[in-house]
Amino acid sequence: MTAVDGLSFTVARGEIFGLLGPNGAGKTTTIQLLLGLTSPTAGEIRVLGLDLAGHRREILQRCNFSSAYVSLPSNLTVRENLEVFARLYAVPDRRRRIAEVLDLFEIGDTAKRLTGALSSGQATRLNLCKAFLNDPEVLFLDEPTASLDPDIAEKVRVTLSRIQRERAVTMLYTSHNMREVEILCDRVLFLSRGRAVTQGTPAEILAASRAESLEQLFIAIARDGDVRDARGDEGAPR
Amino acid sequence: MTGRIAAMLLRYLYLYRRSAARVMGVVFWPVMDLLVWGFLTSYLEKAAVPQPVLFLLGAVIFWDVFYSSAQAITLSITEDIWGRNILNVFVSPIRVSELMIATSALGCLRALASAALLSLLAALFYGFRIASLGLALAPFLASLLLFGWAVGMMTTALILRYGQAAEALIWGVPFLIQPLSAAFYPVAVLPAWLRPVALAIPATHVFEGMREVLGGGAFPAARLAAAFALNVVYLAAGSAFFAWMLGRVRAKGYLARLGLE
Repeated sequence: MTAVDGLSFTVARGEIFGLLGPNGAGKTTTIQLLLGLTSPTAGEIRVLGLDLAGHRREILQRCNFSSAYVSLPSNLTVRENLEVFARLYAVPDRRRRIAEVLDLFEIGDTAKRLTGALSSGQATRLNLCKAFLNDPEVLFLDEPTASLDPDIAEKVRVTLSRIQRERAVTMLYTSHNMREVEILCDRVLFLSRGRAVTQGTPAEILAASRAESLEQLFIAIARDGDVRDARGDEGAPR
Repeated sequence: MTGRIAAMLLRYLYLYRRSAARVMGVVFWPVMDLLVWGFLTSYLEKAAVPQPVLFLLGAVIFWDVFYSSAQAITLSITEDIWGRNILNVFVSPIRVSELMIATSALGCLRALASAALLSLLAALFYGFRIASLGLALAPFLASLLLFGWAVGMMTTALILRYGQAAEALIWGVPFLIQPLSAAFYPVAVLPAWLRPVALAIPATHVFEGMREVLGGGAFPAARLAAAFALNVVYLAAGSAFFAWMLGRVRAKGYLARLGLE
């Protein structure tokens, strides 16, 4: 089975790039390909200007990843988990950096607690702390706010936006929350059945599809597999 | 490189600090084994069975070294699969070889801690002093550790490929090897057709050598040389199998599915 086919895109430095599409569209597979978890059968992947096949470790040292579907060990404390990953990423001055990221996501008071005892919102923020430990140049975020309540999700979005502005971190972002994508992402790529359907800024894509919102477009793509007139009118551009 | 190995070793040791199940793996189960075999040995001695039954205690201690060594590798990786942490590890800059070294080092620590405890208890309860072998003990233990690593790598490769369906191998593979490696009886007890299979296993030579030494024989250099030569073959095969399987797992996208089944 081919999960992703003929996909080609470029993400500029400091950009938040949304990878969107219905379940099974190939978003997660694309991120796995970019992280070297899955090897492509054909084609070339370059991250940070480097060929992934030949420079995987160097690239991973400068990137990080967080997913709503991946957890840190529940039987270690928050600080122990961050200590382990700080060592894995050779983070200098680990103690200071761990305190910084815990403060960044406002979970400094959980440092001594077992990870398994955290609420889902705290656990998600801990995943993000892990993702920011090595001050990454590229961040892969797979539905990072999926398990958060609206208040915490908003705080996370604000934090991510601030970090992106201040440090020009490039983010590859998947989410099913289209409102969040409209707020956060500079450009988006819609996937369907493993193929790129459309890409551009949210405004460009909405204009081209005549959809009123990304959510409307998302539903149209999920149902038709393509950018037909998202409003269902005749003669819409494709 | 050593920083990343230390990081993963630390991750596993943190777990031992507060996991009763892990501590039981090092202390409780091996001690229970020793007690069962120890009391059986005492009974057989009283029943006027010849002295060599004491070798059973040595076999229990040696077997645990191999078992701990293999299981530390497989269980450590599986723990990260169960906890959905394995992808965090695989997308970090750690090399797979570094991960294997960290888990092997854990196996070494675990096996030595367990062996030290069992040796102490065997001396206290049954007057069996395996430590009297002194430095001669080192090559026996080293050979069992190496074989444990090879078996651990092969089993882990299968777990990475087949996920939860292969997890029974963590406990199953060592016990598949146990009857063939003649841990508790000489190879001569096995049917003739099975002996070549037994002699192709490094642990068999270690157990045979241990019985010779405890029986007052000369240091079994030839047997240990055979064990180490076989270990080289098994470690090379284990590493190659692991690397090949990991490549396949990456190509098929199975790695990303681990822990998400």
